[in-house]
Amino acid sequence: MLEVKDLKAYLDTSTGVVKAVDQVSFTVKAGETVGIVGESGSGKSVLALSLMQLNPTPLTFYPQGEILFEGRNLLGLRERALRKMRGNEISMIFQDPMSSLNPIFKIGNQLIEAIRSHKKMPRHKAEAEAIELLQDVGIPDAERRMHEYPHEFSGGMRQRVMIAIALACRPKLLIADEPTTALDVTIQAQILEMLRTIQNKYGTAILIITHDLGVVARLADRVMVMYSGRIVEEGSTADIFYRTSMPYTWSLLRSIPRLDEAGQDRLIPIQGQPPNLVTPPKGCNFSPRCPFATPECAEIDPALTERRHGHRVACILSEMEFEEQKQLLEAVDRKEVLA
Amino acid sequence: MSQNLLEIRNLAVHFPIKEGLFKKTTNYVKAVNDLSLTVRKGETLGIVGESGCGKSTLARAILGLNKPTSGDILFEGESILDYNPKQMHQLRRDIQMVFQDPFTSLNPRMPIGEIIAAPLKAYKTTVNVEQRVKELMELVGLKPEYYHRLPHEFSGGQRQRVGIARAIALEPKLIVCDEPVSALDVSVQAQVINLLEDLQKELNLTYVFIAHDLSVIKHIADKVAVMYLGKVMETAERDSFYQSARHPYTNALLSAIPLPDPEKEKKRERIVLQGDLPSPANPPTGCVFHTRCPKAQPICKEKLPRLEQMEEEHFVSCFFPIEEEQKRALNT
Amino acid sequence: MFKSKRNILAASILVLMTVATLTASLWLPTSPAHIDPSERLLSPSGQHWFGTDHFGRDIFALTIVAARISLLVGIVVAFLATLLGTATGLIAGYYKKADAIVMRIIDGMLAFPALLLALALVAALGGNVKNIIIALTFAFWPVMTRIVRSAVLQVKNIQYIEAAKTTGTSDFVILTRYVLPNALSPIIVQGTFIFAKAILAEAALSFLGLGVNPATPTWGSMLQESQIYISIAPWFSIFPGLAIVITVLSLNMLGDGLRDAFDPHAVKQKRVKKVWPLWRARKTQKQWAREKEQKSVAENEYMGKEV
Repeated sequence: MLEVKDLKAYLDTSTGVVKAVDQVSFTVKAGETVGIVGESGSGKSVLALSLMQLNPTPLTFYPQGEILFEGRNLLGLRERALRKMRGNEISMIFQDPMSSLNPIFKIGNQLIEAIRSHKKMPRHKAEAEAIELLQDVGIPDAERRMHEYPHEFSGGMRQRVMIAIALACRPKLLIADEPTTALDVTIQAQILEMLRTIQNKYGTAILIITHDLGVVARLADRVMVMYSGRIVEEGSTADIFYRTSMPYTWSLLRSIPRLDEAGQDRLIPIQGQPPNLVTPPKGCNFSPRCPFATPECAEIDPALTERRHGHRVACILSEMEFEEQKQLLEAVDRKEVLA
Repeated sequence: MSQNLLEIRNLAVHFPIKEGLFKKTTNYVKAVNDLSLTVRKGETLGIVGESGCGKSTLARAILGLNKPTSGDILFEGESILDYNPKQMHQLRRDIQMVFQDPFTSLNPRMPIGEIIAAPLKAYKTTVNVEQRVKELMELVGLKPEYYHRLPHEFSGGQRQRVGIARAIALEPKLIVCDEPVSALDVSVQAQVINLLEDLQKELNLTYVFIAHDLSVIKHIADKVAVMYLGKVMETAERDSFYQSARHPYTNALLSAIPLPDPEKEKKRERIVLQGDLPSPANPPTGCVFHTRCPKAQPICKEKLPRLEQMEEEHFVSCFFPIEEEQKRALNT
Repeated sequence: MFKSKRNILAASILVLMTVATLTASLWLPTSPAHIDPSERLLSPSGQHWFGTDHFGRDIFALTIVAARISLLVGIVVAFLATLLGTATGLIAGYYKKADAIVMRIIDGMLAFPALLLALALVAALGGNVKNIIIALTFAFWPVMTRIVRSAVLQVKNIQYIEAAKTTGTSDFVILTRYVLPNALSPIIVQGTFIFAKAILAEAALSFLGLGVNPATPTWGSMLQESQIYISIAPWFSIFPGLAIVITVLSLNMLGDGLRDAFDPHAVKQKRVKKVWPLWRARKTQKQWAREKEQKSVAENEYMGKEV
């Protein structure tokens, strides 16, 4: 349904051109949930905004690539066509539910407006649909709450309203950019649960963008890991979590404190800081922080290549080599822990 | 080791809500309400809770930045609430804080060397301030050459190191860490957690570690306390807490956290709490958690449960704590 | 801040004016004090660029020399008002109890128009440069206090202030090393505006005859003297008036420029202004589209299809 081919999205800033998204290709099929994982500055948000063509235009430019949505390239579309597509075909929810709603209009009116701006229908019909939407996203007492203002809603409830607005026109793809980062864990659990039921009911494909590996493990069918503007590993959720083949993903999984594992073992952090995207390192972007880096890594920029069916990895190490190195390093770590 | 460094007794911090033309106090936000905790020397107490549970207010009260409404805070056995400004000034040497946001907690117009030097200058502890600062910078993993650089030249993780260097400059006894890693990138969090652990060992520090992330707490804390609407719901030694949490709220919190493991995620039984946190201005009657509790009974609405001892060092504030057997059944 | 041409222009006008008036005696062809009754109210000419006044004095020389008093009053008032306003504003913004007292006094003073307040004071104290400076400082510092106070209130709630408190830093150090440097931009901007306002106010006072000793020319007193001749010798009014306009305009431009230089949002806008890479990007995108088209045409041709 959505196919992104060799997309580059660069930002022009006073310090230089930031290669926020660099040579990214992926697909999203109808009805599936795809997770994009990355740290801040990995380009995941810029990528999301590119799909909606919502990046601030004078700053962002797309030197290369295609974003094909049902065969149409969004990069060539005019603003009017884009506006028709946003909301109707693809819609998006953002991290901050506090500032995404207009504070001076009632929730119901904002929702009805969203419905009517894309579909011509009489007001009372739109109102009935709005109530149904609010019920679908789990807002109790929806009829009454239609007449309340955003400030009367809690953060979690506002995010639900945002999702209801995003779903107003039954889009085929919902892009969720860190939808639960600003929320508490118990509320996050509610929202994630709700996203799943919504998906079953409406058949919407969801592209969820997050830094939380747990969220992805809970929700996604497929995962893409982004690092400094590139996809470094892509595969089914099982591929990424159980058959990790890229040093970055592996180090990341190893560095996070786990709730499901006992012990107060020392965490094994990834050394160094994420790279500067204006002057990215030569060769592989992760090589300066990679525990397996060879001199070659600083020279060769590995392409994303398919290892197994659907599992793509950007690393010059072959699977065997990676496995060997991994075991070696784990042994060293164990010895360190013992000593 | 078993000596109590910090003891909080029935602490309450209420903020007046002022309304109307004459700023009449109409109600109080009960940010912290009848809360008791102890922290032993050399250990780390993890305090967990959702936003609005009063954990930051508690931190500020320990540092003397908020005036408690009632109750008492004892530091090394002495009540600090009626300290005069001079005593307070001396106390601040022993209690330091690491802040959540490494971007707003450093003065943007001050070189990082001077930021770290500020506490040294305030207490005139050493003659050779610059040398001591450089030692501190090395201790937290910053190059001493960065002395004259401004905060904006650094990344979040490095800035947090500056904040930590500032906090340990006076060799305090207690450091209150208010969500020190939650604003950092995933790949940098581990570095900062390790640094905090190393410093604890090296300098014999005691931490009060506030976080909303139970997995970080699990890693760093010796003892855990769960807060909800200004009250402690459950407190226990770490292992006992994570293996056999008894309070329904704690269990809901634990099950709400997504695990980075898709298989476990599929199998897990989840308790999804309904509704939102009630307003701390109008907390529910009886047990404050009863409005969202999956196990609530009529009595929960009427009577306030006390913190009851379940086993050694494990206290729960609930009329119907989850039994050991039930818990095991849930886990398997 | 000197990246924008507007700022450079404004600053160089002010510098030029200051240098010109201070070194006037060295280069002026005719002394401003030179009276020649035979040359009264002459229109501008090669000899007298700005014409002459009713005593036959050269208006160009007068305008240049008059800048001394105007600039002196402006800069001293701006400096004193900033100093006083900053001190009171810092205290009022930082201490809640002081705030209640200081701000009531300031509010009371702000109830009178600044010029009226200055007028009353000069009338009571008597007109000389010192008294004008005192009066104008008194009239303008309340505005500065308000500005500083609101800046302090903003900075005060940022976490690094709290961090400084927890490390035992004294209030004096917090105010001078943490609060003040971060509240400096609105102070400097307001300072330049007070500079401009003081020049205008001084001119107004002189125009009303409450200015400095009539023997010392100022732009305001020149305007006052010229008003009866306005129909027969308009240049007598125009040139000192123009001098005031140019000075005040330069100062306001400089103030705006400083505000932009300090404001992080303005920096972002500057980034947007740099349009060439955008144009280049569009071009490459277009080029890329064209190339693709050509390629597919070539492909189709190769495949034997019709284009």
